Amino acid sequence: MAEQNGIIQLKNIDVTFQNEGKTIEAVKDVSIDVQKGDVFGVIGYSGAGKSTLVRVINLLQKPTAGSVIVNNQNMLELSQKELRTARRNIGMIFQHFNLMNSLTVYGNVDFPLRDSGLSKADRKKKIDKLLDIVGLSDRAKNYPSQLSGGQKQRVAIARALANDPEILISDEATSALDPKTTTEILDLLGRLNKELGITIVIITHEMDAIKQVCNRVSVMENGRLIEEGSLLDIFGNPKEQLTKDFVNTSTHIGSVLDEIRDSGIVDKLSGRLIELNYIGDSTNEPIVVELYKRFQVEANILFSNIERLQNTTVGIMLFALTGEDDKVEQAIQYLNSLKVNVKEISLKKEGK
Amino acid sequence: MTGLINKFLPNVVANWEGDNGFVVAIWQTLYMTFVSALFAGIIGIILGILLVVTAEDGIAPHKNFYYWLDKLVNLFRSIPFIILLAVIGPFTKLIVGQTIGPTGALVPLVIGTAPFFARQVQLALVEVDPGVIEAAEAIGLSPMKIIFRVYLREGLPELIRSGTLTIISLIGLTAMAGAVGGGGLGNMAISVGYQRFENDVTIVSMLFILVLVFAIQWVGDFAVRKLEH
Repeated sequence: MAEQNGIIQLKNIDVTFQNEGKTIEAVKDVSIDVQKGDVFGVIGYSGAGKSTLVRVINLLQKPTAGSVIVNNQNMLELSQKELRTARRNIGMIFQHFNLMNSLTVYGNVDFPLRDSGLSKADRKKKIDKLLDIVGLSDRAKNYPSQLSGGQKQRVAIARALANDPEILISDEATSALDPKTTTEILDLLGRLNKELGITIVIITHEMDAIKQVCNRVSVMENGRLIEEGSLLDIFGNPKEQLTKDFVNTSTHIGSVLDEIRDSGIVDKLSGRLIELNYIGDSTNEPIVVELYKRFQVEANILFSNIERLQNTTVGIMLFALTGEDDKVEQAIQYLNSLKVNVKEISLKKEGK
Repeated sequence: MTGLINKFLPNVVANWEGDNGFVVAIWQTLYMTFVSALFAGIIGIILGILLVVTAEDGIAPHKNFYYWLDKLVNLFRSIPFIILLAVIGPFTKLIVGQTIGPTGALVPLVIGTAPFFARQVQLALVEVDPGVIEAAEAIGLSPMKIIFRVYLREGLPELIRSGTLTIISLIGLTAMAGAVGGGGLGNMAISVGYQRFENDVTIVSMLFILVLVFAIQWVGDFAVRKLEH
């Protein structure tokens, strides 16, 4: 077989809830296959079914239909006791941290270790190491109420890692944090993935979070998985409207277009407006220079955004092309022949 | 000093010692309060936990069991205590062999208090963050361990608060039980103070009960302060 069996395989998962006689389909026929070492992102708006879906992985949520295979174990066939053992291999962190308020930082990390069979001294060694990994060694004796949100999430991460899980599920873990702390927590998750080889599943509604650490992305809408692919695929070449919305919000091109429409620049612009998406080594300037050299077409750059995703350049550029009509047409054909996505944008005010 | 006490509290002095005196009455009240608190506490905690874990969103939901337990607790909570005292007389006799005296009061006190406390325990435990319960499930803890390590631990300050409240209302019930044959300070206030027009006895009985209430409140508050972070 070309592809190895994934560490997490969800197949045709349905989750339906009965609520006051009404049937709510939270997850509809979703299959995902997460490979060992992936940082797998699931993005969608709230209510899309992401949280319900990831809870199926450790069976905090029983699926109505479908199969759940984690680490080659059919989770649905396990006894209660076996399931509890299997859950130790799946760490989980939450939006609201879910720490025990009655325990210190040390006590919280010790919490999952109490059934590990380790001696007290070994547990201490392990807890000290975990707190060191998350950078909270000096906070061991504090209570959660004395910590900031970011620190609480670090404690939760240390707790989730206590039983050396191979999988870590992050349920909107950065949604309650400010942008700087979010970046720090995501960096930490990225480090854990690289250094410990831990497979991570991240759910979020923020494309920026996905961009920072994930290598694979699924997009969910109304309980269905509508698009899936590598980060570069999704980011450089989104297909579904929702995916495009997420990408546009992240690159800010959406708001730039709105601004151009509203500000009246549209009326002053001559020529044709082109949006360019590219992945890899093409860069802005040679293209602009080439267009002028070959076709005497001027490219007036209105917006440009370049990012490094997983060591690959992903760029988006918006420019107006002016020149003789047939030359402009040739220029657009030239662009189409390059390894870039070309899209002409109409700026006529549409009745929205 | 002694002269003053003799002057203003003549009947208190006269009723201080002896089988029906204040000293005995105080001990009887303490005995009724703490022995029934112990039993009602154990029963209430067990019932309260059962209510929380078998509820629809609990860790071991059981629709029928929850339904009937919930109804039963409500039923016993609804019986006025003074009627309960009379109604369960035969049952009391079966359990402790007598229906009068402090020991005879224990059974109705426990039955009158346990359902109230069970409800308090339930309210205290549902306050425990469901997220923390979910985290414990995700960690792989069994329901038993979740009860002991999460519910009772995280809910402890709230449990002590409700325990304090319950003991204080229990003291009120001991006074009522006392008045109908249970002995203690309630009996002192009514059958000596009130019925013989010895007002000083009534007032001093009340003061002793107030001291007991304040002491319990203080201990409860102190424990909660120590536990909350």
